[in-house]
Amino acid sequence: MSALVTDPNIAIPDDFYEALILLHRDLTDAQSALVNAKLILLLANHIGDAGVLRAAMAAAREDVGAPL
Amino acid sequence: MSTHNYPKYEYRRPPELDAPGPHRGVVVVGAGPVGLTAAIDLAQRGIPVLVLDDDDTVSIGSRAICYSKRTLEILDRLGCGEPIAARGVGWKVGKVYQGNELAYQFDLLPETGHRRPAFVNLQQYHFEEALVRRANALPALELRWRHRVTNVTYSTDRVSLAVATEDGDYALACDWLIVCDGARSPIRHMLGLDFEGQVFRDRFLIADIRMASDFPAERRFWFDPPFHPNQSVLLHRQPDDIWRVDFQLGWDADPELEKQPERILPRLRAMLGADARFEIEWASVYTFQCRRMQKFRHGRLLFAGDAAHLVSPFGARGANSGIQDVDNLVWKLALVMEGKVDAALLDTYNDERVAAADENLRNSTRSTDFITPKSAISRTFRDAVLALARRHPFARRLVNSGRLSVPAVLAASTLNTPDADAFAGTMVPGTVAADAPVTGPRGAWLLAHLGGAFVLLAFGEGIAPAAARALAEAPIPCRVVQVGGAAGDDRDVVGDPEGLVAARYDGKPGTCYLFRPDQHVCARWRAFDAKAVRAALARATGHPEEA
Repeated sequence: MSALVTDPNIAIPDDFYEALILLHRDLTDAQSALVNAKLILLLANHIGDAGVLRAAMAAAREDVGAPL
Repeated sequence: MSTHNYPKYEYRRPPELDAPGPHRGVVVVGAGPVGLTAAIDLAQRGIPVLVLDDDDTVSIGSRAICYSKRTLEILDRLGCGEPIAARGVGWKVGKVYQGNELAYQFDLLPETGHRRPAFVNLQQYHFEEALVRRANALPALELRWRHRVTNVTYSTDRVSLAVATEDGDYALACDWLIVCDGARSPIRHMLGLDFEGQVFRDRFLIADIRMASDFPAERRFWFDPPFHPNQSVLLHRQPDDIWRVDFQLGWDADPELEKQPERILPRLRAMLGADARFEIEWASVYTFQCRRMQKFRHGRLLFAGDAAHLVSPFGARGANSGIQDVDNLVWKLALVMEGKVDAALLDTYNDERVAAADENLRNSTRSTDFITPKSAISRTFRDAVLALARRHPFARRLVNSGRLSVPAVLAASTLNTPDADAFAGTMVPGTVAADAPVTGPRGAWLLAHLGGAFVLLAFGEGIAPAAARALAEAPIPCRVVQVGGAAGDDRDVVGDPEGLVAARYDGKPGTCYLFRPDQHVCARWRAFDAKAVRAALARATGHPEEA
């Protein structure tokens, strides 16, 4: 089982970030939410490793605060 | 609306109204699918059993309609699988649509070589009527209709019941009480026992309609179909040209209003077409809950079925799990009542079936979270899965319209003897026996040769006659069933014409499997060793210290 990679791993980070923002251009909030959800599911399947996915979920949840 | 002619079972004045009756070994409360199955199993073992029910007919309305392969196999052992399987509509394919497009399709039994199909659909009243017929054929079983239990007390040595009838009240005492009095369980309430879990904020309309149609016998489930936007719909075929349609309505729907034909008919016409010809047989609006009792055994009281645990209907895990409950319970109770094992064996009924209930609750809750998302983001992910499922195979595995009932694997049970030898395949200790075609003295299927008592299934002629006789004549007897080789009067011998017994069990010459009376594997070896079999039998009956 591999660990979640949190060191830089994307060759040209600014290109990726621009593409991510462009992906949502002209979408409503609801459409954006759907696109994001689809993107997460596609990437999750690509990763596959349950340990990496759980580590990523935990890292994403960090610093967001307690549930209301 | 209904065209079913409901039987009316005769109330009889109980003799206890005139003179105190005998102390009884075991009483079952509730003559539904679970209570009747328990009573038939006991009576078939020759144990006298009294069943009390507060009504005098079967289920009103079709209610539980999907009976699993495992339920049919249990009922085969109890002598009433065939009429139910023959009357029901067999199916194994489920199709899930988003809108009008097929998003996902599953086959619940892709291989042949099993006596029973993945599921049969049958109205609950037909199912119960078949069980009542079987019950009435057993001399050790007494069924009392319109006898309502009004009080229960229990101590370390007995259970006392107060029973009300139209002719007056009477008292009963017994050693063991099997409580199968349904989701609202009056006995659970009387005793103030817990029933923890969650109620889901959604409502569903069931409409059973009579309609001549050549749609195939498949389970069909729609998310957001054009004829019922933003909600789900489930369609099942039943016998007699009856179709079950289940419409999701949402929490705000008015249950009384939605039950009215003038509300139901437009929904059905939107689905089936303005010209479709059908009649409504039965309709009901329901909500559901996922909850269970903390413990299914309370001393001499044994809770089973909906009285002990409730799940959502998506997955057919209600009646099917209740029948597995009593399949698990009765052989243990029989051994306890015969004085052959310590009553602590009944704690393993609790442990094993609580674990199974948790598996059912987990699956049922997951399905519910997909069908009825509880938040906007949950809804977004659900819709994302459905959108991806049209193009990408991986997402089809995430679509959850109900994970259908499969028998629990009791892998963590203390009654299992852990493997010491290497095996390929899925038949680990705790698994329910896989069926396979055979030739043998008890018919054309392997499962007919297993169950009722302990069975040692032996591949090849590795067990000497003296060893087989010693197993058969032990206080807790174990029959030998041999795959292949020469017959003997100390064992059944089955042929394996298609090689499927060997394939499904990874059977090689010398391989032995020990099956419990409920057909679960509890131990297996690559070679016969009488001492190891005796130790596994002791462990499987709750006496590991003798092992």
